[in-house]
Amino acid sequence: MTQLALVIDLNVCVGCHACVTSCKQWNTSGAAGSLMDDNPYDKDPTGTFFNRVQTYEVGEFPNTETVHFPKSCLHCEDPPCVPVCPTGASYKRKEDGIVLVDYDKCIGCNYCSWACPYGAREIDEKQKVMKKCTLCVDRIYDESLPETERKPACVLACPTSARLFGDVHDPESEVSRAICESGGYPLMPEWGTQPANHYLPRRKTTIKLHEDELTRADNPLKKDGRLPRTDPDAPFLEDSVSW
Amino acid sequence: MHPAFSVIFLTTLIGAGQGLFLALVTAEAFSHMGALALQEHNFYSNGSLLSLGLLIAGLVASFFHLGHPERAWRSAAMWRTSWLSREVIALPAFMSVVFIYGLLHYLEWNPKIFGTAALPEADLTLMVGIIGIVLCFALFICTGMIYACLKFLQEWHTPLTPLNYTLLGMSSGFTLATAFATQYSLEMTGLFGTWAIILTFTALLTRTASLLRNKRIKHRSSLRTAIGVRHNNIQQKSQGSMGGSFNTREYFHGMSAAFLKSVKWIFLLLAFPLPLLLLGMGLSNDVTVLLVLAFIVQYVGLIAERWFFFAQANHPQNLYYQTI
Repeated sequence: MTQLALVIDLNVCVGCHACVTSCKQWNTSGAAGSLMDDNPYDKDPTGTFFNRVQTYEVGEFPNTETVHFPKSCLHCEDPPCVPVCPTGASYKRKEDGIVLVDYDKCIGCNYCSWACPYGAREIDEKQKVMKKCTLCVDRIYDESLPETERKPACVLACPTSARLFGDVHDPESEVSRAICESGGYPLMPEWGTQPANHYLPRRKTTIKLHEDELTRADNPLKKDGRLPRTDPDAPFLEDSVSW
Repeated sequence: MHPAFSVIFLTTLIGAGQGLFLALVTAEAFSHMGALALQEHNFYSNGSLLSLGLLIAGLVASFFHLGHPERAWRSAAMWRTSWLSREVIALPAFMSVVFIYGLLHYLEWNPKIFGTAALPEADLTLMVGIIGIVLCFALFICTGMIYACLKFLQEWHTPLTPLNYTLLGMSSGFTLATAFATQYSLEMTGLFGTWAIILTFTALLTRTASLLRNKRIKHRSSLRTAIGVRHNNIQQKSQGSMGGSFNTREYFHGMSAAFLKSVKWIFLLLAFPLPLLLLGMGLSNDVTVLLVLAFIVQYVGLIAERWFFFAQANHPQNLYYQTI
């Protein structure tokens, strides 16, 4: 079984929003029609986005840390938004685990968005249907694109390679290795949704120095200085055995 | 959550319509058992018409909630998994039984099905009424479970939710039936009025129980689990957009805490003690106006109750949308 997903490295993300803009560009230009934008250059701009980068501050001044946090649909392995849909417009693909909305079946009742604890679904207020991240399903299988470009738009756009894309059910894949080796974690594990997308935590490169590495443990006088010299006239050990 | 008036009107109107229908069938069953005098057919047919009118009004209100009402027929498809889909099936099924029940009484076509003079006799309208009762409770459960099944909306995820939907709907329906029956029979008014008082009082107990439960609720999600950073002091600095988004509109009621609190006391007053008082006064002095007023006051109270029900629910996604 395949479960495509993103792995987002919070240690690398710089919060540049390149993934947000490239996601919007790709998905507003697709066959499903444009993503809603209302008053984009005016007061109270609003619109539909599949991906947003949020910023959090962790800790108390002066020991604070800024965490840029890209947030999109997590393509849960047990998605709570799918069974609640009354029309079957919301579904999870068996072949690759992508959670999608059939825009031609959606009645725009908002119930699936209520059922998503992450707020990953946003209604398109012009088309009146629920929209969400598709993992660029219209791109990753497009054989007219060179193979290196068959990835979600956000992954290709990321200048720091903070976003990895692949099959999290394949233990040998880049994403699985990243989750396994860099402590990848899911969001809100308490609801049992089993998100396929994982996040890699902030990491600090530290070196652990022990006390005895700072002071010379082999110095019997416990201080730096010349080692005591032996008396040149004193007998050597060799003198006693050479006769 | 943002309270949508389409859903508020849907749930309160069909609740009253369902309660009224239950009252009618209760009256017919009591009459068959000889506890009450049999009523004229037009008592039941007019009552069914009133109930059907409320149900249709609720259905019409629900369409305003949909982005694509013309596709609403599709929503019966996923009844195996979705409570919303089940409600979409239960509501028209119940409405058609109410229609048939009213029509049979209007045509005064009521053949005996079985039973003898010694035993309670079962005739066609009573049988249809009993099917209607089953569908009516199924609809109450479907409506309540739409909200109760969402486990991370912890304010809703309790058996008290469908119970409250049922009891609040029944109490408003029986209050309406009391006012309606004044046009026909004093005996019926007394029966419905007694039940309306019992149901309103029971609903007060269960609704208070859910208020107490929600007051001491501990939310399982926090900003720590939301972004997965283990630190007690995390502050949001930006939510990814300068203006609002669907996420900031759909999940917040947008009112002050004081407003929320005042709505709670308004509905606690309008939906329970005031109608109880009006029912008591109306029944003891036999004043129709007071009984009609009791229903109106209780209905307004239930609109406030439903508004509060939605506004109080705290969606975990709000953790991601605290600062612009």
